[in-house]
Amino acid sequence: MGAIIAKLFPPSTYDSAIILGADAAIILVSAAVVIILTKYKRWQWLWKEWITSADHKKIGIMYLIVAVTMLFRGGVDALMMRSQLAIPDNTLLTANHYDEIFTTHGTIMVFFMAMPFIFALFNVAVPLLIGARDVAFPRLNAISLWLTIFAALLFNVSFVIGGSPNAGWTAYPPLTEMSFNPGLGQNYYLMSLLISGVGTVATGVNFLVTIIRMRAPGMTLMRMPMFVWSALVTSALIIFAFPALTVALALTLLDRVGGSTFFTLGHGGMPMMYVNLFWIWGHPEVYILVLPAFGVFSEVVATFSQKRLFGYSTMVVSVLAITALSFGVWVHHFFTMGAGASINVFFGLSTMLIAIPTGVKVFNWIFTMWQGRVRLTVPMLYALAFIPTFVIGGASGVMLATVPADYQLNNTYFLVAHFHNVLIGGVVFGLLAGMYYWWPKMFGYMLDERWGRRAFWLFFVGFWVTFVPQYFLGLEGMPRRIFTYPAGLGWTGLNQISTVGAFMMGAGFVVLVYDILYSVLHMVRDTTGDPWNGRTLEWSLPSPVPEYNFAVVPIVNDRDAWWEMKRSGNGQPNWPSAKAIRGLHVPKHSAQPFFLGLSFFILGWGVVYEWWWIALFGLVAVLASLVYAMMDYDEVEEIDPDTIRGIEGRFGRLQA
Amino acid sequence: MGLRLGSNRKLALLAILLLTPLLSGCGQDFLLLKPAGPVARTEMHLMERAAIPMGIVILFVIVLLAIVVIRFRDTPDNKAPYTPDWHGSKRLETIWFVIPVLILAFISVPMVKQTFKLAKVPVTSGDPITIDVVSIDWKWLFEYPGQKVATVNYVKIPVNTPVLFELTAYSPMNTFWVPQLGGMEYTMPGRVLPLWLQASYAGVYTGRSANFSGSGYAKMIFSVDAVSSSQFQSWISQVASTASPLTGPEYQSLLQQDLVQTQTYYGYPSYTFPSQLNGFTLNGGMYIASPLPSKKSTSA
Ligand code: HEM
Ligand SMILES: [Cu+2]
Repeated sequence: MGAIIAKLFPPSTYDSAIILGADAAIILVSAAVVIILTKYKRWQWLWKEWITSADHKKIGIMYLIVAVTMLFRGGVDALMMRSQLAIPDNTLLTANHYDEIFTTHGTIMVFFMAMPFIFALFNVAVPLLIGARDVAFPRLNAISLWLTIFAALLFNVSFVIGGSPNAGWTAYPPLTEMSFNPGLGQNYYLMSLLISGVGTVATGVNFLVTIIRMRAPGMTLMRMPMFVWSALVTSALIIFAFPALTVALALTLLDRVGGSTFFTLGHGGMPMMYVNLFWIWGHPEVYILVLPAFGVFSEVVATFSQKRLFGYSTMVVSVLAITALSFGVWVHHFFTMGAGASINVFFGLSTMLIAIPTGVKVFNWIFTMWQGRVRLTVPMLYALAFIPTFVIGGASGVMLATVPADYQLNNTYFLVAHFHNVLIGGVVFGLLAGMYYWWPKMFGYMLDERWGRRAFWLFFVGFWVTFVPQYFLGLEGMPRRIFTYPAGLGWTGLNQISTVGAFMMGAGFVVLVYDILYSVLHMVRDTTGDPWNGRTLEWSLPSPVPEYNFAVVPIVNDRDAWWEMKRSGNGQPNWPSAKAIRGLHVPKHSAQPFFLGLSFFILGWGVVYEWWWIALFGLVAVLASLVYAMMDYDEVEEIDPDTIRGIEGRFGRLQA
Repeated sequence: MGLRLGSNRKLALLAILLLTPLLSGCGQDFLLLKPAGPVARTEMHLMERAAIPMGIVILFVIVLLAIVVIRFRDTPDNKAPYTPDWHGSKRLETIWFVIPVLILAFISVPMVKQTFKLAKVPVTSGDPITIDVVSIDWKWLFEYPGQKVATVNYVKIPVNTPVLFELTAYSPMNTFWVPQLGGMEYTMPGRVLPLWLQASYAGVYTGRSANFSGSGYAKMIFSVDAVSSSQFQSWISQVASTASPLTGPEYQSLLQQDLVQTQTYYGYPSYTFPSQLNGFTLNGGMYIASPLPSKKSTSA
C-alpha cells in the first residue's frame, strides 16, 4: 500500500511551494466546476447537448474550450520559466522543476493547444465553407475529439499524480531511457501523445474525405476558399507525417517498459534514429500548425479588405509547394549531428526553398489589401500583425538554414526566438484571428471589439518585448533549456526585459478572457448571420448555425460564392423556398466516443504505471467500445421538413 | 484614428524598452560576434551575409505594409482607388517570385562553399593535434592521444594550430560548444563526430553544452585555454612529470551523475574512448579513423 502511494505521489514532485500551490489551485478549480454543474443541475444538459454530440459545430466549440484551457496551462508554465530566468542564480524553481515545466510547456502548446485550436476552426468552418451538412464521418469526428480530450487529461494528470515529463518536448533518447529517467513522467508523455495521435490522424482522414467528397455542387477545387485548401493539405500532411511520430514514440515506449534497445545508450541502440523519426514528423508538423493559420489570414484579409484574394492560383500552388517541400527539410533540426557537408548542404538549400512560396504568399496578402478598403477589426489586426512578425521569423529561419551559421545558433535562445516568432506570430495570431472572425458564427453574438483590441495590443507588444531580447541572448551565447545562469555574463538585463514581455502577454490572455465574459454579459447578437460582410458560404447561414447547416444546399458559381450571391441578388440573397426543403439526416447522439476516449485513458494510465491489469482492463474496454460501434447501424436521425421550415422561418429566411 | 495614435505611442514605448539595455551597454557581450578563430569568424560572416538581405526584406515589407494600410483604410473620405475585383497580376507575382530566388542565391552560394570548406581540417604549417572529447553526466573528459594527457572540464590548446576534437558521449547527448572558437556539434553515445576549431589569439574561452541532458546540464561548463605552442609544450611536460594517471576506479567515479572540479591526469585507460564503433552516419560512412594523419598512439 505504501509503495503504491509512493508511486502515485512521489515526494520529489511536491517539494516546492509553487508546485503545491498549483496543485491546490487545480483541485479547487475542478471542485468548483463540479459544484457549479451540480448546483445548476447542468450535468444532464452537458451530457445530452455536448458530450454525446456528433455535431461538427459543437465539436469545434469543445475543441476550442480545450485549446483555450491549455493555452492557459501552457502560459502559466511560460510565466514560471520567465520568472525563474529573471534573476541570475534564481532558486525559485529547482533544476528538475524547471525541466518539467519547459517540457510540459512545449508539449502542451503544440499538441494540446495549437492542434485542438486548429481542429476547432476546421470543425467550425470547413463544412460551412464548402456547403456541406456535416463532415464525412461524424461519429469518428467525435471520437477524435474525445481521444484528444482524454489524452490532454492524461498528460495533465501527470502534474498532480506521478510526476511530469522532463526531457523536453522533443524527448530525445537516451535521456528518456529508463536508467536516465526513471520516473513516470516520460511514460505519461509517450502514452498521451500516442493516444492523441490516433485522434489526430482520424481528424486528418475525416477532413480530407470531407473536402474531397462533400463540396456543394459547383464548388470545384479551384473555387474552394483558401482556408479549405489549407485544411486539405494540412489533413494530408497529418496523414503522412504522424505515423513517423507514432513509430518513434512507440519504440521509445518499448525501450522503456519492454526492455528493447532501439534508441538506448548501450547495446547498439541508435538515438539518432529517433531524432530522424521525430523530425520527419516534426518539420511537417510545423506546417500542419501554420498552414491553417495561413488559411485564416487569406479569408480575413480578403474579407476586411473588401476585395478578392490576390493571386488565388499562386496561393494554391504555394501551399502545395510548401506541403511537398516540408517533407524534405527535416535534417535542418540537427545539422550539428554531423551528417556530413553534402547532406547538410542539401537540407540547408531545401529549407531555403520553402522561404520562396512563403514569401510569395506574404506579398499576395499585402496586394490583397492594395486598392482594397481595409477595415481594422480585431481579426484584421491580428492579420496585419502577423505579416511583419512572420516575415521576421522566416528571416531568422533563413539564417538558421545557413548551415555554418546554424552551428552557432542551434540550441540557443536565437532558435527559441525564431520558432516563437513563427509559432506565435504565425500560428497563435492566426488562430486568434480565426476565433474572433468565426465567433459570431459559433455562438451567435459578437466579441467586443474594444476589449479585443486591448488584448491584441498586449499580445502584440508583449510578444516583441519577450522575443527580441531572446535573439540577442542567442548572440550572447545563451543556450536554451538552462534553468539558471550566473551573473556577469551580460544576460541579466535582456532576460528581465523578456520576462516583462511575457507578463504583458499573460495580461493579454487575461484581457482576452475578460473580453469573452464581457461579451457574454453584453450580448450583442448577430442577427444577420453576416456581421463582417463576408464572402464565403458560412455567412449565408444564420448565427448560430442550425444543426443541419444548409436547409437547401447552395449551388456555387464563384470563388467568393456568398459575395457573388449578394451581388447578383442586389443584396437580396435567395432564401430557400418552403417547397425546396426536404427532410434531412443528422448524426445521432452517442456516448460511444466518450467511452472510447475514457477506455483509452484507462489503458494509457495503466501502461504509464505498468500496472498491467489496469491496462488490460482499458484495452478490453477499447475493444468492446469499438465492437459496439461496429454493430451500431442506427447512426442517424431524421429532421422532418416542417421542423426545418419552422427554424428557417424563425430566422426570417423562408420563401413561399 | 485613435487606434493609430495609440499604436504609435505603444510602438515608441516598445522601441525604448528594447533599446535601453542595448544603448546603455550594461555588460552586453555578444560572443557570437566576437570570434577568436577562423571557424567562428566564417560562421559570423555567413550570419551577416544572411542577416543583411533579410533585414532589407523585413524593412521593405514593414514599410510597404504601413503604406498599404494607411492608404487604403476604409474611411468615408478615402480617395484612393478601390478595385474589389482585381485578383492578380502575373507580372507582379513573377517579381516577388524572382527576387527571393536571387536573395537566397546570394546567401546560399557562399553557404555551400563554406560548409564544404569547414568540413575539412586545413593543412597549415602548425602541427595539428587531436583531442578526444567524452561528455559524461555532467562533465567533460578530454584526452590527448598524442600526448597521453587527460583533463576534466578544461582543455589547453596551442594557438594558431587547428585542433581536431573527436566527440563522443558516455551519457545522453550534449553538444560541445565554444562560441568564440566556432559552432557546436553533438556528442553522441556510440558515435564519434569530428569538429575542428582553432584559436587565433591566446585567451581563455568558455565552452559549454547546449543540448539539454538532465538536471546538471546548465552547469556543464568547461574552459578552453589557448596558449602559445611553447607554453603548450611546457604544460605537457609539466603534466607528464607531476600528474598521476586516470585509474579505472577514478574513471568509474567520473561516470557518476554529478558535477566535478577540473582534473589533470597523465595517462588514461584506452577503453575510455571508443576505438571501434558500431555507429553509422547518415551518409553511410562508418567511423574509421580521424581525417588527420594518424598520431594516435595506444595510450597507457
Ligand atoms: C521560412 C521559413 C522557415 C525556415 C527557413 C525555418 C528554418 C528553421 C531551421 C533551420 C530550424 C532549425 C534550427 C536549429 O535547430 O538550429 C528551425 C527550427 C524550428 N522552426 Fe523553423 N523555419 C521556418 C518556418 C517555421 C515555421 C512556419 C514554423 C512553425 C510554425 C517553424 C517552427 C520551428 C520550430 C518549432 C523549430 C525548433 C524546434 C525545436 O528545436 O524545439 N519554423 N526552423
Ligand atoms: Cu523544421
